Amino acid sequence: MAWFRKEKKPLKPEDRRDLPGDVFEKCGACGEILYREKLAENLHVCLSCGHHFRIAAPDYVGILCDDGSFEEYDADLESGDPLGFADSKPYPERIQAAVKKTGRKEAVLAGMGTIDGVEVSLAVMDFRFVGGSMGSVVGEKIARAARRAEERNVPLIVVSASGGARMQEGIFSLMQMSKTSAVLGRLHEAGIPYISILTDPTTGGVTASFAMLGDVNLAEPGALIGFAGPRVIEETIRQELPEGFQRAEFLLEHGMVDRVVDRRELRATVAGLLHHMVD
Amino acid sequence: MAGSSRFEFERDIAEIQNQIDRLRTVADEGGLDVSEQLAELRGKLDALKEDAYRDLTPIEQVQVARHPQRPYSLDYIERAFTDFVELHGDRLYRDDEAIVGGWARLDGRPVMVIGQQKGRDMKENLRRNFGMPHPEGYRKALRLMRMAEKFGRPVVTLIDTPGAYPGIGSEERGIAEAIATNLREMSRLRVPVVSVVIGEGMSGGALGIGLTDRILMLEHAIYSVISPEGCAAILWRSAEHKDKAATALRLTSRDLLQLGVADEVVPEPAGGAHADWDAAAAAVREALVRTLTELDALDADELRRRRWAKYEAMGTWIEGPTESGAATAS
Ligand SMILES: [Zn+2]
Repeated sequence: MAWFRKEKKPLKPEDRRDLPGDVFEKCGACGEILYREKLAENLHVCLSCGHHFRIAAPDYVGILCDDGSFEEYDADLESGDPLGFADSKPYPERIQAAVKKTGRKEAVLAGMGTIDGVEVSLAVMDFRFVGGSMGSVVGEKIARAARRAEERNVPLIVVSASGGARMQEGIFSLMQMSKTSAVLGRLHEAGIPYISILTDPTTGGVTASFAMLGDVNLAEPGALIGFAGPRVIEETIRQELPEGFQRAEFLLEHGMVDRVVDRRELRATVAGLLHHMVD
Repeated sequence: MAGSSRFEFERDIAEIQNQIDRLRTVADEGGLDVSEQLAELRGKLDALKEDAYRDLTPIEQVQVARHPQRPYSLDYIERAFTDFVELHGDRLYRDDEAIVGGWARLDGRPVMVIGQQKGRDMKENLRRNFGMPHPEGYRKALRLMRMAEKFGRPVVTLIDTPGAYPGIGSEERGIAEAIATNLREMSRLRVPVVSVVIGEGMSGGALGIGLTDRILMLEHAIYSVISPEGCAAILWRSAEHKDKAATALRLTSRDLLQLGVADEVVPEPAGGAHADWDAAAAAVREALVRTLTELDALDADELRRRRWAKYEAMGTWIEGPTESGAATAS
């Protein structure tokens, strides 16, 4: 596509393990042993079978945004402990462990940037942070990203990856579904484009709120996308689920997403849509 | 009362009830005047009921909220409303009987009432899927809400579900999309919308008809992001710990009021709503009439502005040195 001008550059994934001699990675889908560097150059898509590895939030910023255009917002928002929740571990300890593991304060990275020259408000979820679960901070950061889009009259892009609710925040976690959807209601009335990108996995309350509400919903190949988790469904209906159930291609077939997009085409696809919607 | 034996705190109540019944039979047969003894027993019964229900533990609250004799949506619609005309179907696929809805009058004024509906016996539960809606239920609800908006009538929703149905058809037909769309569209409605949690409000399945100007909860109703059993299975690795999960989740009406999510707790009659359906419905009716009258004062723009502000403030977070978020006001 000629209008797609940006050179693809190798990514530096933040989750790269610091093991000595860690130059190979095995594909979880086909078992092929891959050079890490080649895999990174290929945006963490298996060179042998096309399997899309899970990647971190900053990787998506690198894939989608024009070089150097991204500016992070709300990086200092942190979870409180509204219920004083403790199971085997107090909730604040779980959060601290996730902060240490990811170097981020919560499961959303949000900011402003440009995609092929179009200014956008972008929010990307990070599955590594407590399974991308949605608590108050996730809801607030998504809501603020939507408000920035509204105030500046620029498109909103959200990349989702989530195991569902942040149970440790109880009812506040549930209410983030209302909160994010309500802000999107206003954005919808303002005629501002919203592109939702669903990655592996997107389930639970995130799917049943902002992830499904894009003017355009895009999904990465093979991504698990659903409301109930497959195990819960199997336990409920007491039968095995059909092959490919709740995968991106299944959602395309059932009319729930507009396109399944290979990660290597993601930037071009989003840019093309933006030009159609806002130029 | 079927199913009540599993409620520890109801055993003494049942015993006194038995004594009252026996005394009555004896009195009727012998033509005796037992009014004094009866009055004494009734007094004891009321005191016991009040005591038992005043300090329920969270997991006991969960049991009461799921009590098989508790009034369900249609029982409230029959008692708190008049002239109900049920409307069926989502116009897209089928009629989901786990959600009921239609026109009714509340204190004489027309409203659209929509509720999740459990079955009273196995046969009805098969029809109503134990109150677990499919996407069609949410889409029917949205169709009815839009109809209410078209005619400028308020919407009342009654929440009582173990959750949206986790099944193949449900996922195929987009349960997540249906709930998400309801949330977005309910935030935009130009008419007042009020929800009452009458039993168990579980997860996104409850919320799918729950984005409202006011959230009322019956005293023994619960509202939670996940069932205590589900939460225990994940965080404690065994559903056995559901009592701990029920406590930790803070899912009782008192909790939700304190957390600033529920706007009002509607008191239940002594012994819980299942002990006196009429009294429970009367309390719901009073609260709804009062709430809708308050909302009448707001025009559509103001209504929506406040609704958006309410939901955008939901949650608690730390930003810099101070904690913010309106919903923490407790
Ligand atoms: Zn592979």
